[in-house]
Amino acid sequence: MVQQLIFVLLAGFAGFIAFRKYRSIYRNIMMGKPSDVSSDGGKRWQNVFLVAFGQKKMFTNIIPAIFHLFIYVAFMFTQIELLEIIVDGLFGSHRFFSHFLGGFYTFLISTIEVLSLLALVATFVFLYRRNLLKVPRLVKPELNGWPRLDANLILIGELLLVTGIFCMNGADTVLQSVQPEKYHDTGNFALSSVFGPAFFGSFSEGTLVVLERFGWWLHLTVVLGFIVYLPFSKHLHIFLAFPNVYFNREEPRGRMENMPEIMNEVKSMLGLMDASTESNGGELPEFGAKDVMDLSRKNILNAYTCTECGRCTAVCPANLTGKKLSPRKIMMDIRDRADEIGRNLESGDAKYISASAKENAGKLTAANYDDGKSLFDYVSREEIHACTTCNACVEACPVMIDPLEPILKLRRYEILSESAGPAEWVPMFTAMENGGCVWQIPAEREAWRNEMMS
Amino acid sequence: MQIPTMAEAAAAGTEVEILFWVGCAGSFDARAQRITRAFSTILTKAGVSFAILGNEEMCTGDPARRAGNEFVFQMLALQNINTLNTYGVKKVVTACPHCFNTLKNEYPVLGGSYEVIHHTQFINELLASGRLKIEGGAYKGKKITYHDSCYLGRVNGEYEAPRNIIRTLDADLSELKRSRAGGLCCGAGGAQMFKEDEPGNKRINLERAEEILENGSAVVVANCPFCITMLTDGLKAKDKQDDVMVLDISEMIIGTV
Repeated sequence: MVQQLIFVLLAGFAGFIAFRKYRSIYRNIMMGKPSDVSSDGGKRWQNVFLVAFGQKKMFTNIIPAIFHLFIYVAFMFTQIELLEIIVDGLFGSHRFFSHFLGGFYTFLISTIEVLSLLALVATFVFLYRRNLLKVPRLVKPELNGWPRLDANLILIGELLLVTGIFCMNGADTVLQSVQPEKYHDTGNFALSSVFGPAFFGSFSEGTLVVLERFGWWLHLTVVLGFIVYLPFSKHLHIFLAFPNVYFNREEPRGRMENMPEIMNEVKSMLGLMDASTESNGGELPEFGAKDVMDLSRKNILNAYTCTECGRCTAVCPANLTGKKLSPRKIMMDIRDRADEIGRNLESGDAKYISASAKENAGKLTAANYDDGKSLFDYVSREEIHACTTCNACVEACPVMIDPLEPILKLRRYEILSESAGPAEWVPMFTAMENGGCVWQIPAEREAWRNEMMS
Repeated sequence: MQIPTMAEAAAAGTEVEILFWVGCAGSFDARAQRITRAFSTILTKAGVSFAILGNEEMCTGDPARRAGNEFVFQMLALQNINTLNTYGVKKVVTACPHCFNTLKNEYPVLGGSYEVIHHTQFINELLASGRLKIEGGAYKGKKITYHDSCYLGRVNGEYEAPRNIIRTLDADLSELKRSRAGGLCCGAGGAQMFKEDEPGNKRINLERAEEILENGSAVVVANCPFCITMLTDGLKAKDKQDDVMVLDISEMIIGTV
């Protein structure tokens, strides 16, 4: 009874904290501009199935793909056991499912045990790759501090979880022969039927009961801890990968988003107005993105989905040659800035209301928010200027994050709204505007053919 | 050789099969002009009737758009579309993957829809249909490597057409370490061609040149005038410009048609 009460209180508390945090992440994503996702539902579901569920893009990098698959499949299957833990926790039952599933239950838990062992191996491999082997993409400067600790904490959590499972099953196996009336026969589990007696066989009954409960509670608290911890960590991809892949922009990769206001303005300048052209009367809004609210919801969802694996940065030609740009850092910056704005919005502090909106003395919202900062306080000019738009980062991401689009939106803001940007681009723009060519060249465009024909 | 402009063809009342979009590099850059001439010669030998826009052609706007300058992009794009639509152009072939991408993917949204083909794809079609015949031999068994441009490869998914041409020449195609979807950029895209590099350890074209030298081929074939400039400069910086030839696909086959 006491255990059931603790269970309900603990789960309820964790659920409450998690709900609040997940809700604020949802609000942060919705700060962005709506993205058009109406097209091509078939392709979208195909991506969810192949890329998110099927891990298709992971397999360009075979070693981490296999170990990641161990953890992924183990995670999926362990949910069944988690479900049983919830039922047992609520009703005070013991291994509730075993009464209904019989031999299949033995098979199921055995499968979970084998997968847990594989996940354990994978966890050690990942700790090794990150901390001892120091795989280059896992030790880049943008991971210094919290991101590195975050990554290791999750791996340690994984170790605890597997420990819990084996402790619970191992002790249970031994108890089944000692107290068969309380610990009913569940058949022989693949691993704990062997190592349970070997490890715990000599323990007293009291110790075994405690060990079994310890394993059970450890499993539960790690899972609850995970649920609460996830939204504070880089690990949200386990949920967000699915919607992220679904909301991927299904247009040709080489098509930058059109800017209809500018198109119409230029059309009217050039006298190319047609019936469909809407003039906005010379009143032009700010262009491009200077902050998270100017990005699309999809861009922000991308940022929260990023698990900081760095496959993008590992193939970025700018990063490879020592430039400051790291596509991963761009995504981390967008997320961190969104978090910052979110926290300030939650504070409701009137000092974050923009000066122009203050007279109306309204409430603080994302629309009137101004803390005197922007995304440019996170992403430097040098970074966005280094991009070659080669799309290697876009190609590399296993969960279809597009770091290029926000970079180009920042460039648009810099050039169109600030009239800033690299000085060397100015002559190029001038040449294009005046002579229709990227270079300032006095010669005729068809000179080569006149030579060739003469 | 006759290379009419669209205006001249229209005045003479001749229908042309394709518009050859030459691009800024192909029109003005001395090195890229050689590619323009080579491709014009190939078209003529294959009996393809074609015309150029000549002085009516403008930059597609790609570098301006990727630098962030949508105004300049729209100005050029809308004027180009106006010109193309005036001549009723249906099929465009270009030897520049940046022009190719912008014409193919970005102009339709602005009111300019054409069948846009990259010259490596077009040459491949000419070979397949038998309109263009090449004598193997010159490159038979020679170790040749190929550099995927970002805008033909990763961005538009065309990896096979250029490789198919190289194979048709009986050359021994030896892939670079980073190729196809994993190909390494030459460093020119996103308007980098028109500015100095941001601070770093080395230039991107040098990184690629080192990879080419490691491959050990005497010829590296590319499909983009900007890649060709970048790779040539990279090899020069390594003082290997005499050891490795940087060629466009059209230049590679020009001697064999």
